[in-house]
Amino acid sequence: MTLALSITDLHKSFNENEVIKGMSLTANKGDVISLIGASGSGKSTFLRCINLLETPNSGEVRVAGELIEMKTDSKGNRLPTSQKQVDRIRTKLGMVFQSFNLWSHMTILENVMEAPVHVLGQSKDEAKANAMQLLEKVGIADKAQQYPDHLSGGQQQRAAIARALAMDPEVMLFDEPTSALDPELVGEVLKVMRQLAAEGRTMIVVTHEMTFAREVSTQVVFLHQGLVEEQGTPEEVFQNPKSERCRQFLASSY
Amino acid sequence: MDFSIVWQYLPKLLEGAWITLWITVVSLAIGLACAVPLALARLAKHPLVYSPAYLFVLYFRGTPLLVQIFLIYYGSGQFRHELTDLGLWGFFRDPWFCGILALVLNTAAYSAEIFRGAISAVPRNDIEAGRACGMSGLLLFRRITLPKAFRIGLPAYGNEVIFLLQATSLVSTITILDLTGISRQLISKTFAVYEFYLTAAAMYLVMTYALVYLFRLWEKRLSGHLQPRVVAEPRT
Repeated sequence: MTLALSITDLHKSFNENEVIKGMSLTANKGDVISLIGASGSGKSTFLRCINLLETPNSGEVRVAGELIEMKTDSKGNRLPTSQKQVDRIRTKLGMVFQSFNLWSHMTILENVMEAPVHVLGQSKDEAKANAMQLLEKVGIADKAQQYPDHLSGGQQQRAAIARALAMDPEVMLFDEPTSALDPELVGEVLKVMRQLAAEGRTMIVVTHEMTFAREVSTQVVFLHQGLVEEQGTPEEVFQNPKSERCRQFLASSY
Repeated sequence: MDFSIVWQYLPKLLEGAWITLWITVVSLAIGLACAVPLALARLAKHPLVYSPAYLFVLYFRGTPLLVQIFLIYYGSGQFRHELTDLGLWGFFRDPWFCGILALVLNTAAYSAEIFRGAISAVPRNDIEAGRACGMSGLLLFRRITLPKAFRIGLPAYGNEVIFLLQATSLVSTITILDLTGISRQLISKTFAVYEFYLTAAAMYLVMTYALVYLFRLWEKRLSGHLQPRVVAEPRT
């Protein structure tokens, strides 16, 4: 098995408030790992530390075996040694945000083509052909020329998934991808995510969708107050949770 | 009132209007090119970078344009020797150079404030999406922040353009024969004060609304995402 992602003993504080208190996680190629837990347990922060949208205070992040080099500046702040390396690694980590974060002044097609053309240096023709294929795949090829605000939330999130896929990333990071959606739109996004999982995409998913976590994940991680409280296959975590807190959380989630 | 005299001098007035337009466009173009770096300097974290930009903006927004023009045009005469030594006197004795310089610095200061506000108003989510795709530094600024900020700042910038067009009339005080300057010259020759100033005012009005119209077109072009969705007409 090839290691896609490994995080070792990650800590993250905001000022005095320690949000992640030493978390580790490894993902092999093709793994779908669901991070579950109550609000404030640190799921999203942990995910955002993986692609350095938040800078961890300590700990190691390796993407496809490559360690993200970090240093401490004169004021004691942690920062990446090389922005170039961070940029390069981020192209291998496709991020899908809770509120889609599409660029509202660009059409859907332009959103999907942007990074392949300007970061990876693909030709416009190549990027366009690839983008159309991805939009086809997520079922919104007919919306290519529309602007994000003209689409429903579910369509926007599928566009955002296509945008992330356009970089052909090693790992996809999903930050509560369905939490901003109306209930009837959740299904169409989850369907696309199931399809990606079935194709063998490596995915880390912060989610409140327990059915998705149970049916699609290869591994479920339950977080509590910045620590991994329970971890295992969906069967282990959902049917036979060892920790009392996890049991309570799952009981209240159904 | 006798407008036939205006008719007789119309080509001269149009020449003046052309000069007004030319000064406006040149000052705007150079001013805009200075405004974006200036706005970035204002947003910088290091005091050595933001302080000079702050003082520049403070001065040029805090003092009348007419005083700025006089300071540059008449004031530079006091430093004639120094400027000659530097090889710059040739520029500073030219009213065109001084007038345009004052307008450029003035509009740069105002536009910098507009774009500083616009850059700060770019949604964090847009920037984060860019960073998550591997963009940073200049690429992120050029592809995401600036285009978005430009759309946010454009309506306010349109106002600045109108102000500048009208402010160019002040360069007539340093011998430049723009629309205002020409009108004054013709009035001193013909004593038809009302006719010439009224005609000049009408010409400013036309130019102003032409600019307003152009900016409205531009805004519309850039903001397809804010337009109502195009709905196909039902076939009958």
